[in-house]
Amino acid sequence: MQSKEAVGINISGGTTNWRKLLFDKLGSLLGLIVLMIILTFASPYFLTVNNLTNVLQQASINALVASGMLLAILTAGIDLSVGSVLALSISVSGIVIINFGLNPVLGILACLFVGGTAGMTNGLLLTKLRLPHPFIATLGMMNVARGLALIITGASPVSGFPDWIQFIGSGYIGPIPFSFILVIVAVIIFHYFLNRTTLGRHIYAVGGNIEAARLSGIDTDRVLTWVYTISGFMAAMGGIVLMGKVNAAYPLAGLSYELDAIAAVIIGGASFLGGVGTIWGTLIGAMIIAVIRNGLNLLGVSPDLQTVVIGAVIIGAVYIDVLRRQKK
Amino acid sequence: MGEIFLKMEKVTKIFPGVKALDEINLEVETGEIHVLLGENGAGKSTLIKILTGLYQPDGGSIYIKGDAVKSNSPQQALAAGIVPIYQELNLIQELDVTENIFMGREIKKIERFGILDREKMENRTKEILTELNQNISPTALIQDLGVGKQQMVEIGKALSVDVNLLILDEPTSALGKDEVKELFRTMRHLKEKGVTIIFISHKLDEVKEIGDRVTVLRDGKYISTKNIADVSEDDLVREMVGRDIKNQFPKVKIEKGAEALRVKNLSRAGVVNNVSLRAYRGKVLGIAGLVGSGRTELVRTIIGADRKDSGEIYIHGQKVEINHPKDALKYGMVLLTEDRKNQGLFLDQTVEFNCTSANLNKYKQNVLLDLTRQKEDTVGLIRSLQIKTPSTQTKVKQLSGGNQQKVVIGKWLNTEADIFIFDEPTRGIDVGAKVEVYNVINELTNRGVAVIMVSSELPEILGISDHILVISEGKVTAEFEAEEATQEKIMSAATINGGINNAV
Repeated sequence: MQSKEAVGINISGGTTNWRKLLFDKLGSLLGLIVLMIILTFASPYFLTVNNLTNVLQQASINALVASGMLLAILTAGIDLSVGSVLALSISVSGIVIINFGLNPVLGILACLFVGGTAGMTNGLLLTKLRLPHPFIATLGMMNVARGLALIITGASPVSGFPDWIQFIGSGYIGPIPFSFILVIVAVIIFHYFLNRTTLGRHIYAVGGNIEAARLSGIDTDRVLTWVYTISGFMAAMGGIVLMGKVNAAYPLAGLSYELDAIAAVIIGGASFLGGVGTIWGTLIGAMIIAVIRNGLNLLGVSPDLQTVVIGAVIIGAVYIDVLRRQKK
Repeated sequence: MGEIFLKMEKVTKIFPGVKALDEINLEVETGEIHVLLGENGAGKSTLIKILTGLYQPDGGSIYIKGDAVKSNSPQQALAAGIVPIYQELNLIQELDVTENIFMGREIKKIERFGILDREKMENRTKEILTELNQNISPTALIQDLGVGKQQMVEIGKALSVDVNLLILDEPTSALGKDEVKELFRTMRHLKEKGVTIIFISHKLDEVKEIGDRVTVLRDGKYISTKNIADVSEDDLVREMVGRDIKNQFPKVKIEKGAEALRVKNLSRAGVVNNVSLRAYRGKVLGIAGLVGSGRTELVRTIIGADRKDSGEIYIHGQKVEINHPKDALKYGMVLLTEDRKNQGLFLDQTVEFNCTSANLNKYKQNVLLDLTRQKEDTVGLIRSLQIKTPSTQTKVKQLSGGNQQKVVIGKWLNTEADIFIFDEPTRGIDVGAKVEVYNVINELTNRGVAVIMVSSELPEILGISDHILVISEGKVTAEFEAEEATQEKIMSAATINGGINNAV
């Protein structure tokens, strides 16, 4: 398949190589399809409208958070703080809406603002203080944000949100969960953002070779600051869906979400070395995790064992990817 | 004729879309220094990788001392005493000489527990270094050694495993004159000991000096094998490129235009000392100097890749503040770095991505980038620079070194900058591709671009520059018009003590 691609000078063809796009995605997409076929035979409940919409809803929060994580990983970085930033964002939002009686629309905007600001702080710590790796800045933020969320809420949940906020997390349009529609919109925006805007392309450049990027006149510090800002913003987006779904904002929300997000990005074919990865892969990665969790639930596997399975899947998926690359 | 150590017969290697090697023959006698010569993309590296077991051939056979090699892996090649030393040295900078020489083959006191016998290893290291006539401490850290010494450590590593065939891939490209002499002395010594050497180089004078026989490859095909004593440099050039190169330095003189860049009293502690220079539209300013003289540091400081301590920069007569390469780009000044792979290219990305990476804003249409225009411009660059690539969407890492260099040039041509700084633009590329680079420089000056060219090759400096600046220890030690300069004048200025150590 490779040789067919490379032979012949194709410099006048179309602008988007859909076939290549499909090929790159084929690995994880194929995995998802096989998984679904197996589960269809394993459980009579799997392939039902009710269950599938449930899966989509399960995947939504992780898909949103993982979209931001993808950017960090594309720049050869990582954002460990997404789970805590999610908690802090919704905690602030919950308090201003419920306790202070702020207009819920402004409350939701506050949520996004807090997420973006926390993310921007990560970016500035990384680029201004010259901390050696985003692991450090975001590990610090992970603790700080969690602690702040606990302090401002007094460690107890805030609940009782208006219907429309609940609709974001648990409403349906036809058979499709509204949260998943949000995901699709986000994915399409990310696709264009990453491939068709200057900042998006600069993200790949910084991840591929940061020194070459700097010498090419790219303001790498600005790019990295944006990446972590968007990551924090997307964590807050995931938070809004969670807050709507459970009709509560609680300071321990989003525990270990960073790990699911990293898993989705990696299962989706992104490289930890940076510069390689797509939003579609990340979406499929998030779906695979949700389908496995759902399937194991249907089969009555205990949550403890589920964690073991997810761990094995992460290792297996990356190993398959390694094999695929070696073949090339 | 001596015993045949290595025989490769009709070796073929096919990569997607490219026949990298097409029935190549190579015969190397025991104890000779055999030169492998060819342009970039001729197939030298691929052949070496097959020999060392990194690639498997798609056809042909390999015999070592008459025995057919059926399968080959890096381990098996090493066991047969075949040791490659690549251009990029494989040493661990943070470890010392002894640890590097015994990397992976440490001598142990108690085998089971992995307790190292440091004393024995150090003694053996001392023996090896003495044999190489090198005054290097076994406990010196690699990062504290110069490139020449590091190469000697690599050779020492090869000696520690009973090397039969030593492969040196462009070993001299990063070395100064004295270091090259030292390397050749060592090579002759090894040869006397019966070690067979395959030597890859682009520098024909070196090839003539050190080689016994030469095999020429071109476009993945075998061309000839000859005794070096029987051929002239011109013969070799003709075999390599398949045509005569009449003029190695096709210089075109352009009328001197307005001043484009003026640097006044630029300093950066320890590397650049009070340098002033001017570059004019239509002219090439050559900067000569030995490796480590501060040439690269000077140009990096000019474009803001490294921070300056003091000094002023004027572009088109206007004083400007440059603190980041993006500022330099804004004023139309760009640097083509010496180290392409690490500082110039996005290897995992496509030709198009690379060609447009320095100037994406040009393609901004409202919010989104205009893909059609990106593609058109890339196709234009591929045509005008004659980049050999299957498509605009080919990943740059799949191209040969010379074509990668052209992609870097393309990236900057696409910015429409008018001050171009080239740092060693022809390092590691062959005669044919060099001429193409010179032609690009000519085209730039013809368009009214001001060019600065840093080079350690004196013929190149003399052949291409209009005005020449010599740097030694971070200081300008001489300035010449091209007509009045000679190799001797430049060399003597390049070895003057610039006094940067005495300053402060």
